[in-house]
Amino acid sequence: MAMKYNWDWSILLCRSPEADPTGAVEPGTPGSGATEFGGGMGQTFDTGAECAQPYFDWIVSGLSWTVIVACAAWVITFSLGSVIGVSRTVENKTVRAIATAYVEMFRNVPLLLQMFIWFFVVPELLPEDAGRWLKRELPLPEYWTAIVCLGMYHASRTAEQVRAGIESIPRGQTHAGLAMGLTRTQVYRHVLLPVSYRIIIPPLTSDFMGIFKNSSVALTIGVMELTAQSRQIAEYTFNIFEVFTAATVLYMMVTLIVVTIMRFVEAKVRIPGTIALGGD
Amino acid sequence: MFKKTVILIAAVFALAATDGYAAELYGTLKKIKDSGQIAMGHREASVPFAYMGPDGKPVGYTVELCYRVIDRIKKTLKMPNLKVKLVPVTSQTRIPLLANGTIDIECGSTTNNLTRSKQIDYLAVTFITGTKLGVKKGSGIKEIEDLDGKAVALSLGTTNEKAIKRIAKAKGLKIKYHMVKDHPQGWLALDTGRVDAYATDHSLLAGLITSSKDPSKYEIVGRFLSYDPYSIMIRRDDSAMRLLGNSVLADLMRSGEILKIYDKWFTKKIPGKPSVELPLSPTLKVAFEVQALPY
Repeated sequence: MAMKYNWDWSILLCRSPEADPTGAVEPGTPGSGATEFGGGMGQTFDTGAECAQPYFDWIVSGLSWTVIVACAAWVITFSLGSVIGVSRTVENKTVRAIATAYVEMFRNVPLLLQMFIWFFVVPELLPEDAGRWLKRELPLPEYWTAIVCLGMYHASRTAEQVRAGIESIPRGQTHAGLAMGLTRTQVYRHVLLPVSYRIIIPPLTSDFMGIFKNSSVALTIGVMELTAQSRQIAEYTFNIFEVFTAATVLYMMVTLIVVTIMRFVEAKVRIPGTIALGGD
Repeated sequence: MFKKTVILIAAVFALAATDGYAAELYGTLKKIKDSGQIAMGHREASVPFAYMGPDGKPVGYTVELCYRVIDRIKKTLKMPNLKVKLVPVTSQTRIPLLANGTIDIECGSTTNNLTRSKQIDYLAVTFITGTKLGVKKGSGIKEIEDLDGKAVALSLGTTNEKAIKRIAKAKGLKIKYHMVKDHPQGWLALDTGRVDAYATDHSLLAGLITSSKDPSKYEIVGRFLSYDPYSIMIRRDDSAMRLLGNSVLADLMRSGEILKIYDKWFTKKIPGKPSVELPLSPTLKVAFEVQALPY
């Protein structure tokens, strides 16, 4: 059966709302009609115009929030993930245990659930004033929550990559460093970390891309990122296929840009002769 | 000889009848005839329109009306054993699933408006509601104007969202919006004090309050801020299906049977839930009378 659908790609380009041709009066004015609704007569909340809303601007706004949330979260991910990852390889048992607990906790709970806990449960656990501040006074609470939540979730994954990178370096190098009189910190600083970060660029790349894709989960707490705006437009126009096609293409473009940048970084920092950096 | 002639004539008539009938069939009815089944899309948590009953099957006001339409399809197509396939849908999936033929009819709480009619078609209006504000008692909020400087939760992409934003813009109200994904989350935002009001359909607010922990803590305030008529959705460009469906609804409205069905779902205890206590509004009563088209 052929699909019954009116394709209309032009809605994606809607900019400023067109003038309202329906002659609507102010909605909900009591007494403007015979019924308790102020009448279906004269009352509407949308215009009959093809471009009732600036859908193009909504997509742009959604895309920018996706990029902002993902990039801000990545800053948390990279810094916190590095600290936790290194902590998992140090001698001190307590530090290692804390780092392990962090990784297991954040890695094993679904992101959707974490988002929900950060947004709805954490403010209730805090002292009343702090909770109130988080809920009502902090501007854009859902955006901050999403950034922290995404950042901390992905930090657990980055930590594992950092640890794997450090552990992939033969122990002999650490021993050699120590034998040369370097302190443990100096061994990390000058021997282990510079090599391991280069090794883990490919998995870090996919994780960075993962943040962009996972940022769509933030729509569940009200972040108006790309997927949320697409849903919004789909509900307004019912041109659902066009909108989600556009969103798909945009996500692919963003992740392709990430891959390109990371490839460039990888090529720039590579140490000639290291096997882990590719065969050519 | 006479007997043979009678049989022959009867056969010719029978053939002509089936032929003519087969030629008439198109669109959804043809698809149902060919596939031997009808796919009914239903919402899962739109109390009391379409929700999962205690036995795991969809029940509700709209679902019951849909079954009436399906009964008529069985009779018209002479398919007493027509299989009904149940497909759960959400507000995001209902349009594509209807357009691509996964479902043939959508039974839930869908607002009938002209923009949406570019993609799908509706049967007669079966329920009328509008946007109101759900607030905590003692909040001091009586009308939308009182929300100036306050926070309100809106369900993403709903007609309620459009209504509130439009009025706020027209009146220059500074309202902080918190977008939520579904009704339980909107309610949670109100309950935890993240927002001062949850703006959604009056009928849904009634349902949310009755199923909350302490219904005496909340109230519904203000005038209707939008006009939201609900209808059953079908595929567009399908007059035969629409005529069949609207005939069923007009019959129910003409006979007054729809009032009994309404009472059953809106004023009494319903399967698995308490009563939503929403008596028939004068507007809806008039709508039933007006839509009871004669033959």
